[in-house]
Formats: sequence, C-alpha cells, structure tokens
Amino acid sequence: MTTRLFGEPVQRREDRRLITGQGLFLDDLGRDALAAAFVRSPHAHARVRDIDVSAALDVDGLVAIYTWEDLPERVRDPLPLLIPHPALTHGRTAYPLARDVVRHVGEPVVMVVARDRYLAEDAAALIEVDYEILKPVVGIEEAALGSHLVHDDVPGNVGAHLVQEVPSRAGLGAGRAIDAAPHTLAFRLDIERSASTPLEGRGVYARWDADDRSLRVYSSTQTSTSVRMAIAAKLGLPLPSVEVVAPDVGGGFGVKIVHPWPEEVLVPWAAMLLGREVKWAEDRREHFISSAHERGQVQHVRVGFDDEGHVLGLDVTILHDHGAYTPYGIIVPIITATQLLGPYRIGAYRVEFSSIYTNTVQVTPYRGAGRPQAVFCMERTMDRIAAHLGLDRAQVRAANFIQPDEFPYDQGMVFQDGRPLIYDSGDYPESLRMLKEMIGWDGFPAMKAEAAARGRRLGIGLGCYVEGTGVGPYEGGHVQVTSDGRVHVSTGLTSQGQGHETVFAQIAATELGVPLEKVSVVTGDTRRFGYAVGTFASRAAVMSGNAIALACRKVREKALRIAADALEADPRDLEIEDGLVRVVGNPEASVPLATVAVLSNPLRYAFDEEAARATQFSGATPMDRPPVPEGEEPGLEGRDYYSPVRSTFASGMHAAIVETDPDTAEIRILRYAVVHDCGRLINPMIVEGQIHGGVAQGVGGALYERMVYDGHGQLLNASFMDFLMPYATEVPAIETAHLETPSPLNPLGIKGAGEAGVIPVSAVIASAIEDAEGLPIDRMPISPAELYELRRAAGR
Amino acid sequence: MKPPPFDYHAPRDLGEALAVLAGAGAGGKVLAGGQSLIPLMNMRLAAPAHLVDINRLTGLATIEADAGGVRVGALARHAAVERSADAARAQPLLRSALRQVAHPVIRNRGTVVGSLVHADPAAELPAVLAVLGGSVRLARHGGGQRDVPAGEFFTGPLESALRPGELAVSAFFPALPPRAGTAFREVARRHGDYAMAGAAAVVVLDEDLRIVSARVACVSAGPVPVTIDVSQVCDRRPAASADWAAVAAAVRDRVDPEADIHATADYRRHLTGVLAGRALRAAAREAAGDGRDAGEAGEPSDG
Repeated sequence: MTTRLFGEPVQRREDRRLITGQGLFLDDLGRDALAAAFVRSPHAHARVRDIDVSAALDVDGLVAIYTWEDLPERVRDPLPLLIPHPALTHGRTAYPLARDVVRHVGEPVVMVVARDRYLAEDAAALIEVDYEILKPVVGIEEAALGSHLVHDDVPGNVGAHLVQEVPSRAGLGAGRAIDAAPHTLAFRLDIERSASTPLEGRGVYARWDADDRSLRVYSSTQTSTSVRMAIAAKLGLPLPSVEVVAPDVGGGFGVKIVHPWPEEVLVPWAAMLLGREVKWAEDRREHFISSAHERGQVQHVRVGFDDEGHVLGLDVTILHDHGAYTPYGIIVPIITATQLLGPYRIGAYRVEFSSIYTNTVQVTPYRGAGRPQAVFCMERTMDRIAAHLGLDRAQVRAANFIQPDEFPYDQGMVFQDGRPLIYDSGDYPESLRMLKEMIGWDGFPAMKAEAAARGRRLGIGLGCYVEGTGVGPYEGGHVQVTSDGRVHVSTGLTSQGQGHETVFAQIAATELGVPLEKVSVVTGDTRRFGYAVGTFASRAAVMSGNAIALACRKVREKALRIAADALEADPRDLEIEDGLVRVVGNPEASVPLATVAVLSNPLRYAFDEEAARATQFSGATPMDRPPVPEGEEPGLEGRDYYSPVRSTFASGMHAAIVETDPDTAEIRILRYAVVHDCGRLINPMIVEGQIHGGVAQGVGGALYERMVYDGHGQLLNASFMDFLMPYATEVPAIETAHLETPSPLNPLGIKGAGEAGVIPVSAVIASAIEDAEGLPIDRMPISPAELYELRRAAGR
Repeated sequence: MKPPPFDYHAPRDLGEALAVLAGAGAGGKVLAGGQSLIPLMNMRLAAPAHLVDINRLTGLATIEADAGGVRVGALARHAAVERSADAARAQPLLRSALRQVAHPVIRNRGTVVGSLVHADPAAELPAVLAVLGGSVRLARHGGGQRDVPAGEFFTGPLESALRPGELAVSAFFPALPPRAGTAFREVARRHGDYAMAGAAAVVVLDEDLRIVSARVACVSAGPVPVTIDVSQVCDRRPAASADWAAVAAAVRDRVDPEADIHATADYRRHLTGVLAGRALRAAAREAAGDGRDAGEAGEPSDG
C-alpha cells in the first residue's frame, strides 16, 4: 500500500465512533457527578436588590447555593478581557455571577448544586431575586443614540471606535476620491444577529483529587490549554496541578473559543470546595440567552467608480452591536473592516466602525467572524455598481480583481493578528472563470426568459471573498514512534468535528512513510500537549498541520540517523516506506521503524524480546561513545512548532440560482456552486464537507436565522422551534470545484478552509433574489413575509 | 430544561385510566405521543401534577374505516393513519394532511387524537376535522361518553371542549359524498414546521360536474381552525371555469390572522388566500375525476 496520503480523499477515521454513538461528549462523562444549574436574569437590564434562597433550602438533594457574595478573591473578579486593543477604550466584562447589575436576559445570578439536574432546577425555581428594573437598551441605532446607558461609565454606549484609511496610489483619501469619481452611490445595508448554535452546548465537568491536590477539568471548549491557564490563575493552583481535556465536542463554530466562561470557573471552584465531582451541561435555552451571538451590523456605504466599474473610492461606516460585554474584544468588527476589500484592488478606502453596547447577549466570533457582513457589503456594492452602469455583475468584479502576478499584495491595513494585511497568493480571474462555467452564467439569461414564459421567476447571483486564515501566534506538534511501530501524534488545539484525527494522521503518515492505521492523533488534551492557542480562524490545518509535519521531519531525520548506524549506510541513501527504513535500491537492507524506536532508547532492563535488543550487553551501541550521544535524547520522538510571519489568504467564489414564487413569495435555491481555493488540499473530501457545512450555515443566515429581541430585550425565539436553523431539506445540493494556489508561507503550502463556506452566502442569495425580483435587497436574512412586504412597498 | 416533579400513572385499561383521570381532576394530563406535552413540561411551561400515560391502552390504537368514514383511536400514531390504505380510501384528506405534519420521527410517535386535543390552530389535523365536520368522542369515569362536533370542540388556541377528568378516546372523520375531492396546502418556514398559513379543502360537484359545495378550513388564520364556505363564489360553475382568483380573494377577506415573528398579518392573510385558492382548485380537479391530488408539483401560478 502507498503511504502518499497527503491530498487523498481518505474517509474520516472519527466517523465510525461518532455516528455509532461511541463518541464521548461532555455530558456522557461524570455520571455520578453533582449537577449545577443557574438562576439567570429574566430582565435585560436590572439591579439586583436582594436574593432570597430560603424556599430552595428544603429541596431534597440540594448541596449548595452560591451568589457573588460567596465567591472568594479572584473567582469573584470580572472575567478577563481576552483580546485588548487600543481602540477598545471602554472594554467591559461580566462577573461570573451578577454582582449588582444584570445587563442581559440570561446573565447568571445564582449557582445551585444538587444531586442531579432535575433537583438543581427545582431549587433554582424557588430562589427569589428582587430586581429593580432599569431601562433596557436594545437595537444598534437606539443604543448609538446614547440616551440610556448599558454601563454607567461608558458614555454613548461606545466600547470602541476605529478608523482605518488607505489612500489611493495618487495619495487621495477615500472621501475626495469618491467626490472626484464619475459615478457615486450611497446606500445602507443591514445584517441581523445569528449565532453559532452548535448541537452540543457548552459544558464543564470537574474532578478535584484531594489527596493529590490536583484538578482535572473536562470542558466542551475550542481551547483547552488556555482554559487550563485561566482556571489555574483563578483558583490559585500551580499550573502543573491542573489538567484540562476537551472530550468529543459537538460543534463549536466560534462560541467555544470564548473562555473562561463563568461556568468554567465556578464548576471547578465548587468541585474543589465541596470535594465532589460537579458537572454542568448547558441546555438549549441557556445557550440561546447565555452564550454568545454574532453578525448584527448596520453599514453605511459611499462608493465612487468609473464607467468600467473600477472602484475609485469606498467609504464604509459600520455600527457593530457587541451586546452587553466585550470578552473577545473587537475582533469581529476588525475582521469586517479589513476583509471587506475581498479580492479587489480598491482605489482609496476608508472604514470606520463604532462597537456599541446593548442589553443583549454578548457578541463574539461565529464561523466567518465578521466576514459575512464584510462580503455582504462589498458584493452588494459591486452589484449596485453593475446595475447603475448596466454592466454584467461578473464583469464589474473582474474589472477590480487583483491579478495573479500582483502577489504578494499589500492591502495597506492591519489585520486581526496585528500584522500587515498582505495576501500571499491567489488566482481570482481563474476562480471566476471556473464559477461562471460551473453555474452556466452566460447562458442564464436565456434560462430565465424561458422560465418566465412559463410563469416562473428565476434569478442568479454571485459573491467573491478572501479569507485570512491560519492566524498565529503558533501551534505545536509532538510525534512519538514507540517500539511497537505505532506513531503517536498530539497537538494542543482542540477538535469539534473537523476531522483532525484524519488529516493530521495523513500528514504524519506521509512524512514518516508509515501506514495510516499505525498513526493515532490526540488533540485538546493538556496532559499530552500543554502549549497551544486554539481552534478558530480556520487555523488548525495550517498551524498544527505544519507543526506536526515539522515534528515528523525531526523524527524522520533521527530515525534515518539511527537506521544508518544499524545498516552501516549513509542516511542520505535511506528512505522510509510502509514503516520500513531501507537503502534505496537495495530492498534487502532494511530495518523496521519499530526496531529503530527500540534502538533509540538504550536500556538496562529488558521487559520483552524487542527491548532486549536495546539493553547494555546486546552490543547495540558502540563502546567508544555514551549510549545516548551528546546532543541526542533517548526515544524516537520529536516536537516542533509552527509560527507564521502572517496569515495565509484563502479565497472563493459562490453562485446560486434561486426561484421566487410570484404568489407565496417563497424562496427556493435551485442550484448552488462553489469554487474554493485553500492552497494545497490535504483531504479534498474533508474540505468539501467543511464547505457543505459552511454553506448550510450561510443558508441559515441568508434565509432563516435571526435573533428576535423585543423592545424589553427579551429574546422571543430562544428555541430550535422558533430559531430557524435550516434542516437538510432547506439546504441545496452544493456543487464544488477546487483551485489550488499553494501558500508560499508554510512548508505544506496550505491555507485554511473551516469557515469558507459560510462567508459569501448572504451576499450570493441577495444578489440572486434581486435578480429574480428586480427589487433592491439590502438587508439579510430575508423571509417570504419580508419579500412579500418589499413587493407591496414597490407596488407589485 | 427538566420538568418539575409530577406523579406518573400508567393505567393498564381504559377503566383504570378514566378512574385515575377522574381522581386527578384539573391537575391531570394525558400522555399519548408526548410530542408537544413533553417539551412544554421540560420548558416548565406546563406543570401537570399527574401525568396519565395511556400507552398501555393498546385497545385504543385503532383505525376503523368504512363507507361512512374513519374512526381513529386515541393511541393511533400519525404514521399508522398516514400509511393506512383503508383510511386513505375512506377519507383521502387525512393522508395528504398527515404528510405535512412535522417529520417522520415525530409522526412515528405523535397521535392524531393527541394533536386534536392539543388544539393548536397552526396544526393540520384540527383543520381537517373542521372542514370535514368530524367529531371527537370523550369518555369519563362512570361510563359517560359524548361526541363533540368539530365546530364546538375547538374553543381557542390550545383550548378544547375537553373537561377535566375526560379522555378523548377517538375521533371520527366522515367520508366524502360522491363526486367530491379534497386537497391540503400549506407553507411553512422550514419543511415540517408549523405552517404560516394553510388550507384543507373539500369540493363537491353535481352530476354535471359543476361545483355545488366548496369549503376550506384555514390553518394559522385565527384562534381556532377557520372554516369558510365559498360555494356561492364558485357559482355552480365547472372547475375549469371557476373564478379561482375571486375564491382566493373571498377567503382572504374573511380571515383575520395575527402577526408573529415569522410572518406579518398581511402576508399571512395574503398567503391564506393563495393557498385556499390552490387547495380548492386541486380539490375540484380531483372531484372531477382528474385523478387523486398529487400535491403541489407543477402547480400553475395564480398570479
């Protein structure tokens, strides 16, 4: 069998376990643990006057009730502001339990621990909290008026304000470039809130070992290493005494990169205090009102362009709703501001955003992380330019593309990693050519006319994006070959279903020349690898993939060195194939990697026949040098890190054909086509799966999902009955094609793919509906009722 | 999302069930398929003191179809009724409506009678019972039994004529007269969701294939299924020349739906008209012998 596995559509190795119910998710662990439940604020904005727990004390099975007053130093402090930024002048984070004021429905106020979750909820229901209701601040524009404040000490509700300007090559600012342009347009765009909504909510399970004075915490997180550091710091424990494990995680999509959540601090603290195992598994309603949302923005656009549609100046002002707190800083609006430029060379650009507090659930990255809003803005702009000039929409985009010979291309901005926004590689004209061919762009007008003749209304749309992926600072990989010939790979970042067990094994098998079955992969377990950042920003393959490849190369080099000694050959004449180190051109002269592993570890004690080969009387090592030579270590293992100078930039283009019902205003996606470029593909099947999942979430954002807050700050659709996540029946078949322009920035030439699918979908669907209806579509998502009302307003 | 404490009863026969229900009074709630009740309890929106599980009363899992109609027992699952050829022959509207009820997994567990008793005006089966003029049979401890016609059974959103201590033991869906056709149309936000609007239609023709009776029951159009007779608007014309746009307009004018987070009231009213028109036209086609209504595929625009 071949060991050239990199690039092959290998079936996901984790699927058998996951789809046959063998996965171990957070709530599958700790069957006998005590259960925690929380009393959460029913009000969007209120002062806690009094908490009366007396009625709850009679509940059989109650173990403990905690309010903020009960929390010790450090645990009681506000949660950390994870990503500070100079523009975030008024960053605010929540207390783990409300201290005084609650600022959104769902904020935790009291923690209850009981024998099981039923009893914990019974007790929680009996706790009386006396609230003085304050004026809720709901809606971005309402909040931006600043007439009522979310935080008393944040004037105007403005947490952050940032302007970035890129003048034209002639030195013109965006304002003057627009004024001087032959054509100008100004318009407003709206994007509503959605959320990650992984099928498994958050969850924490903690075990305190009183004898060992050590703590093991399982958390459904996207970053176990950082949760570990946060818990150690909050609880005052030495870092080596804390282990954090991310078990199987049923989706994250961004919400689980936020940490430490209140529960991630409180559950381990309670476990230590009580000397008992404690578990909290978030329920669906809690997830809707107590975790995080994203997407909500209002954008004001001004653009100037010439007769061919070249954008000469673009000025975008963004109001970004970040909810009640800013634990994750202003990463989302920064990404919107910087990724808005997409695959285009824009004359002059100015972007300004205000990040605004409201009495709603906090906003942190959700798959795409500000990019769907950015792409909606730029692609709606391209469509408006085309409509204004009477040009083909694809042609206007092509006129603005950065050309393949212009890479690396410096957009002149600072990206979310604090580093210059320089695109590494890409081929946008070729992507567009492939997309037009796949969807039948040029033949569509005839198809549309033919359908119209039969009373059917069709439209086509497209959207382009560039996605900065694989942000630093670093990830690491550890690879160990044991004396049974097995290869153990570990990396610190976590998995939420992406297929890391498969792709990282493909990389290791390819680098080391071993069969895939010999390789096992562990992620997100601080017992195995303590240094990591986390899984977000489409970074796992780029960061850990390259780190694992580099670690494998160290192992390979050492293996060849040891094997060369054993075979009395030159390491340069050796290759590894199917787990066998051999002399090129002389298949007789070979030694199994397993034996090399034995030889790498000089032994005094033989515990089996293999080990006997490495003991002191075996003659395995020459007598004229130490058994472990200077500069070497025992064992056949390697550890290495990958830390990129800056992000890689993946890209893609999507197109869709939609049908709108002239009577019912139903919107149906008839075809959906994707051209995707994430550099070299490790596993095309997994990349396609990522794209399919992303497009499905994009369809949700375009046609179904919104967070419906009323004027009191109550979330009216906090359940899967009324928050309309699309089913398989709502997601079209997705046609995909790959383009591979390798990244010059990393050894494997890869770019990220995790978020790609979701990014342009709202823009694409808006474009297609606009084409079908001949009505401007400037807010997403859009429902049949809204399309009906748009028609009516237009007199149809 | 765990229910508050309750007493669980699992009676083994109808008599025991009725006795338990009588004892429980207003605090009693019947568990059949549990597809609405259990989520309501988990959300702590419903907190019955006594849950009376009738799943051991297998004698109620009946589907009896004859020339007069279909009687469905309290434990007959949606899926069983949907698949029953006898039921479909006697009253085809049942099957076409049931196919729109939620998803197969829910239909495998949920019951037809349970859906009627739940009395959600957004659900399909109350509209079917209403347009057909069916009835629900209620039994109580001590042998009393009464049949309540659909028109009196649904009294408000999630409210029915069922009294504390009573058990709905069956529902009756009458068969169609000769030269009659039925159809069901709805639009939901997602496949299987509660409909934003919908219509169950029955059309009867005379010997010359002219429309003599045309009735719809509208889903999500009011606090209870809204039954509208548009026979007059159809004006005894043949199906092919009836003024379906006028029919749709007549229905539209006679419903007054409410807005919710998924649809404005105006859109719902408009949609009710469109779907009632489509359902009535399809029912008329079926009545005229153009074959059983095949659903929406290739439906012409009313626009």
